[in-house]
Amino acid sequence: MTLTAQLPALQVVLPMLTAPLVAFLRLPQLSWLATTVASATAFGIAVLLTQAVLGTGTLDYAMGGWPAPYGIALAIDEFGALLLLIVTGASTIALLAGKASLDQQIESARQPLFYAGWLLALAGLSGIVMTGDAFNIFVFMEISSLAAYMLVAGGPDRRALTAVFKYLIMGTVGATFYLIGIGLVYMMTGTLNLADMEARIAEVADLKPILVAAGFITIGLALKAAVFPLHAWLPNAYTFAPHAVTVFLAACSTKVSLYVLLRFDFFVFQGNLERHDVQFAGFLLPLALLAILVGSLAAVFERNLKRLLAYSSIAQIGYILLGASCVSLLGLTAGIVHMFNHALAKGALFLAVACIGVRLSRLWVDDLAGLARQMPWTLAAFVAGGLSLIGIPGTAGFISKWYLISAALEQGLTGVLTIVVIVVSSLLAVVYIWRIVEVAYFGSRDAQSPPVSEAPLSLLLPTWFIVIANVYFGLVPALPVDLASAAARSLLGHLL
Amino acid sequence: MTGNWQILAAVLLPLLGAIGIAATGTRPNLRETVTLATAGALTLIVWSLLPAVLAGGRPTAELFRPLADLPIAFEVEPLGMLFAALASLLWIVNSVYSIGYMRGNQEKHQTRFYVCFAIALSAAMGIAFAGNLLTLFLFYEVLTLSTYPLVAHKGDAATVRQARVYIGILLATSIGLLLPAILWIYNATGTLQFTSGGILAGHIDGPALGLLLFLCVFGVGKAAVMPVHRWLPAAMVAPTPVSALLHAVAVVKAGVFTITKLIIYVFGIDYLFAEPSAGWLIYAAAFTVLAASIVALRQTNLKRLLAYSTIGQLSYVVLAAAILKPLAEVGAAVHIVAHAFGKITLFFAAGAIYTACKKTEIDQLRGIGRRMPWTMAAFTIGALSMVGVPPTAGFVSKWFILAGAFQSDNFVAIFTIILSTALNAAYFLPIVFRAWFREENVAPPSNHGEAPWPAVLALTITAFLTLAFFVGNQPVLDLELQLVRPQP
Repeated sequence: MTLTAQLPALQVVLPMLTAPLVAFLRLPQLSWLATTVASATAFGIAVLLTQAVLGTGTLDYAMGGWPAPYGIALAIDEFGALLLLIVTGASTIALLAGKASLDQQIESARQPLFYAGWLLALAGLSGIVMTGDAFNIFVFMEISSLAAYMLVAGGPDRRALTAVFKYLIMGTVGATFYLIGIGLVYMMTGTLNLADMEARIAEVADLKPILVAAGFITIGLALKAAVFPLHAWLPNAYTFAPHAVTVFLAACSTKVSLYVLLRFDFFVFQGNLERHDVQFAGFLLPLALLAILVGSLAAVFERNLKRLLAYSSIAQIGYILLGASCVSLLGLTAGIVHMFNHALAKGALFLAVACIGVRLSRLWVDDLAGLARQMPWTLAAFVAGGLSLIGIPGTAGFISKWYLISAALEQGLTGVLTIVVIVVSSLLAVVYIWRIVEVAYFGSRDAQSPPVSEAPLSLLLPTWFIVIANVYFGLVPALPVDLASAAARSLLGHLL
Repeated sequence: MTGNWQILAAVLLPLLGAIGIAATGTRPNLRETVTLATAGALTLIVWSLLPAVLAGGRPTAELFRPLADLPIAFEVEPLGMLFAALASLLWIVNSVYSIGYMRGNQEKHQTRFYVCFAIALSAAMGIAFAGNLLTLFLFYEVLTLSTYPLVAHKGDAATVRQARVYIGILLATSIGLLLPAILWIYNATGTLQFTSGGILAGHIDGPALGLLLFLCVFGVGKAAVMPVHRWLPAAMVAPTPVSALLHAVAVVKAGVFTITKLIIYVFGIDYLFAEPSAGWLIYAAAFTVLAASIVALRQTNLKRLLAYSTIGQLSYVVLAAAILKPLAEVGAAVHIVAHAFGKITLFFAAGAIYTACKKTEIDQLRGIGRRMPWTMAAFTIGALSMVGVPPTAGFVSKWFILAGAFQSDNFVAIFTIILSTALNAAYFLPIVFRAWFREENVAPPSNHGEAPWPAVLALTITAFLTLAFFVGNQPVLDLELQLVRPQP
């Protein structure tokens, strides 16, 4: 077998094996370099895998040569490829940009361990995306979550500890629910392989335990994905985490949980449980709408910059869920495309925040007064990211809004309500983004505060790279849209 | 990127100009040369499209393909040709004026000002040449965003508050009403391509059509049909060249242009005429014309008066388009030009007065005609054009709108036009009278003269254009009659 055939395994193994090596590197500079190289290589692998998936369709890989359903199978379809791109891309950009910011926030002695944690999180998240085994998902979920708790708590802000404790408790509850769910399914079917599960549930006579399992799994993953009203852990975790960690986690962690949620529900449950698709939509649609409205409203009234963006993330998770709960080709495409586009928009915004964070210690909206004169490039990037978040045409955000509203239009009367919610929350996004823009551009800086200079180039370049990606994928969105519509088709293909 | 190179150049050249302006920001003379050169080149390129369009050609081009069957694409048709030709020509004049105004008032952030101006012009070209609704919407939003820094130029708290009204109303209406309308159209018809005779026939009918028209008219906030007009007076906090080119020509005309284009190429005039639920538009436009004129009567600040006059004049265009008769559609197109020449002259004059002696209130203008004869002569011509008196441009368009109204015996429109003519006269003529025939009432007597020469030159040119259009309007008519003549 050639090396290319082993790429799916390497995607997980490479960061996972680099992690202990990095932990033993005593020099912080070297550990950053090793981590970044590993992450960039992982991104390269993700790109190659995406090409392969686009060319030949789903890639199957049997770990250790054991065929499914006995061994652990890795399976990468279009949906997985898209998520892999998001996860490895976010990690790489956050590392490249975050050096200056992390050096400031993490003591150099602890840096090697911190980077080892980062790589474990990356390995865990990639593993969740690729594996075709339900229990394996749980294992990778625990790896990534434990690593993420460590990353969030790694910053200098002591309040991160209480935030992380909340995150830990709720995350563990979520993971436990998920475990109970797959336990029930295992009890009834005797298999842990997702594809096998789908086939075997059909043979199960008594579907009650499966239904209970569906409930546990959906709720557990919704907790992990911060679906409203299970989002309470998210705002503070994002707020007090080191800035670079926020960039990484905000772009991908909740989306990976949503990915598992969608795969489980569509692959395993919806085809087998009668009217489960209706239950799925009926349960998640109201939550999605509430998430959008509550998240946006909370962002409007929030005065802490990072928490404001975190609340906006809750609303954006609502958008993804909203698309998915349409249970239609357009709706799922919209939701999945929004995973990609939101990662771009929020990535750009949190990168801009990281740029500001290296110059200012307090990150409340009022602290940005007049900052645009001193950090013009940073604030311009922030504005561009904000426009994408609002969904102005010509940015990636517009593409998702377009598909979402198109999907809602198919739904008839409930669709009109959905459109109203989307429009209202877009306008709320205008309000919360513009409030920051006004303060930064037209506020005047406190006379006593020391002058600040533009963020270092090492931070600005990756930030602008993502900003340009926002515009590029707003004008030429073929890649994410193709992947997303293929993913949506394959999800729907399991509904018969 | 394929198709006719002139179209692509017209959209991209101002952007290149913006980069050039930003790069030469430290050397004002060079920077202004870049602005003027870009404006000149743009005008040449746009006008070079004119012969082809006059001959019945419809050049096309395509930039990107963001959504499978929805390209960012352009197609030049008579209405857009007119709008682009107008905006590009007046950009040159306005740039000359800007140089005089911005330097005369020692404004800050002049580089940002010229950069945003160039981006706004690129957006205006994109709107003018848009071949489908998605393209139009894209550039519509770019225009909104790029003009925000211009409106908020001064940067103090009061200005920022007004600028917030400006961007708030324009973004809220476009995202809240226009975007759902566009998606509705797309969902119903499967296309967003502008097509002669409209695309809605057979897809949307009955009260739904009236509702869709509602979403479109109020979604295009730039047309300032009441009650979404509040942004226009708010935008008057901008420096006068911005008010002149953007809030008398590019931005507001982009609004009424969009509405006219939607009515002709999406709804289809005959289809809309046959649908009773669309009849409300004429009343909304008539109400705006009259209400804006009455509000204008009560204004004491010159620029605010011009703003309300603009709101009224914009609804003339909407009114003309809403008559839904061929001659009235021509009238709508002609009024876009006629009002542009007249109103830009008036704003230039207001700005020249401010630059020369910092006067902003109507009451302060007594006897100013003797100190600033060129400026006030131009102002007088502009005011007469607003009223619609021959030999000015305003008369030509009113003639066609009235002719269209008589074609369909539309007495609401006829009555509105007559009454508003009287109202226009009632608020413009006292200013003219005061400026020429009353004694100055300031003590100690001021001794200012005219504004800097570039400003005076610019307003003289536009005043001349206002007069010239009365006799030389044949090319515009030839172009716009194609709108209503069946295509060969």
